Amino acid sequence: MTAVLPPRTPVQRPTGGRLIDQFEYGLDAPICLTWELTYACNLACAHCLSSSGRRDPRELSTAEAEAVIDELQRMQVFYVNVGGGEPTVRPDFWHLLDYAIGHDVGVKFSTNGVKLNKARAAQLARTDYVDVQISLDGATAEVNDRVRGTGSYATAITALENLAEAGMKDFKVSVVVTRENAGQLDEFKALTDSYGAQLRITRLRPSGRGADVWDELHPTMAQQKELYSWLLANGDGVLTGDSFFHLSAFGEALPGLNLCGAGRVVCLIDPVGDVYACPFAIHENFLAGNVRSEGGFQRVWQSSELFADLRNPQTGGACTKCAHFDACRGGCMAAKFFTGLPLDGPDPECVQGYGEHALAARDLELVTPKSHIDHSHKGPVRGQPTLLGIPSIPAKICDESPLAGLDLR
Amino acid sequence: MTGPDTGPVTIPADEVPFDPSLPWRKSPSVALRPEPFGALVYHFGNRKLSFLKSQPLVAVVKALAEHPDVPSTLRACDVPEAQHRAYVTALATLSRSQMIERRDQP
Repeated sequence: MTAVLPPRTPVQRPTGGRLIDQFEYGLDAPICLTWELTYACNLACAHCLSSSGRRDPRELSTAEAEAVIDELQRMQVFYVNVGGGEPTVRPDFWHLLDYAIGHDVGVKFSTNGVKLNKARAAQLARTDYVDVQISLDGATAEVNDRVRGTGSYATAITALENLAEAGMKDFKVSVVVTRENAGQLDEFKALTDSYGAQLRITRLRPSGRGADVWDELHPTMAQQKELYSWLLANGDGVLTGDSFFHLSAFGEALPGLNLCGAGRVVCLIDPVGDVYACPFAIHENFLAGNVRSEGGFQRVWQSSELFADLRNPQTGGACTKCAHFDACRGGCMAAKFFTGLPLDGPDPECVQGYGEHALAARDLELVTPKSHIDHSHKGPVRGQPTLLGIPSIPAKICDESPLAGLDLR
Repeated sequence: MTGPDTGPVTIPADEVPFDPSLPWRKSPSVALRPEPFGALVYHFGNRKLSFLKSQPLVAVVKALAEHPDVPSTLRACDVPEAQHRAYVTALATLSRSQMIERRDQP
């Protein structure tokens, strides 16, 4: 399981110094973690990082999920990013939301908006300690629906309208930056502002189904440069999940944590309780354990061999000799892994151009690592994305149903 | 979490300079999570997250409430005189994000 990591000599944690250097050695509990509650999803987004679609029958039960929340409270993990799949299609979603908040675990959840009718929007507006992120990958229906599926733009906009009307504060519009929407950043900002919401943009990773479309969708070098300038100009008002730290190698560091936090300050709990180093690394090589095993999540976080390996600074590899290494720290582990690049080499989107060279130099025979976890819908899905050239099935009025599309086989 | 309904209106801390001669305390809405290098600081009210980068600073933040002002807190925590200025700067930052707050009683 740990053979995937380049050898790192374990080093004693330094005393004092910069926080980022301390973070490389890990924390006693995550700063926050991502918890995907279900692999079930009404959509079939072309770039889904968790290859979601069908519910996994081994999904954590309500009682098991409550036990995880109890444990997070004991470990003083003060908030979780809840996602999926589409988390709100879990029948106990609203219960778990209240349960977490009641146990000092704040919830920030990502949704495509399918369940956010007026009543739910009003409920959320009344609830403290909850954050909502509506996913939108195009500032126009045309751009969004090509990737997320026909009708998904309308669903998201309705949810935004409902939240704004209910007086919800500080909700977010969450955008994955792609080659097709990179030119729409100002439009996204304007759209978000018009609902009194906050814009959050994050990086496209070649994870899950994202691996199938990454070549086609990841921003070009010119777009990365524009994105970097845009972030420097607008960074204060825009959230990024600190996901663009590889862009810091352009020069000035971007605000936030410029470090891969995988297994050090963040991790992922997937719907069946498996703990991975990060949300973009659903692959057996990055599987640290399961919350159902003895000792629960705490033991996985504090004692897994994989996480111990990750909690060391990278000392070798081509990147450590680069003048920009302190700025980007070699970039995203998951992006390298799923494009078949060595983990101690450059990020495939290295802004100094080393990634492009590394990609070009890959062995032609190389088969990029593929996750064995795939919950993608097997049959056609209503309004499925047209990006892959599959003809779209028209969206119907009953888009509200989480099972939309499942009955078409 | 002091608001208009629950107590005196707090003047936003960044509008007045940090005054170390006054009595301070860790905000009751703040939790300190021990970490190997110091602590993670979380404010349940404004949901800000911060870090205390050393164990002595953690000790100082915890001890504030037991002393009439910042200098006496620092002395009680055996912080060398030469470092007092750095500690006052760190505490001023924490007051700006409401992690520590003035207390009424000395």
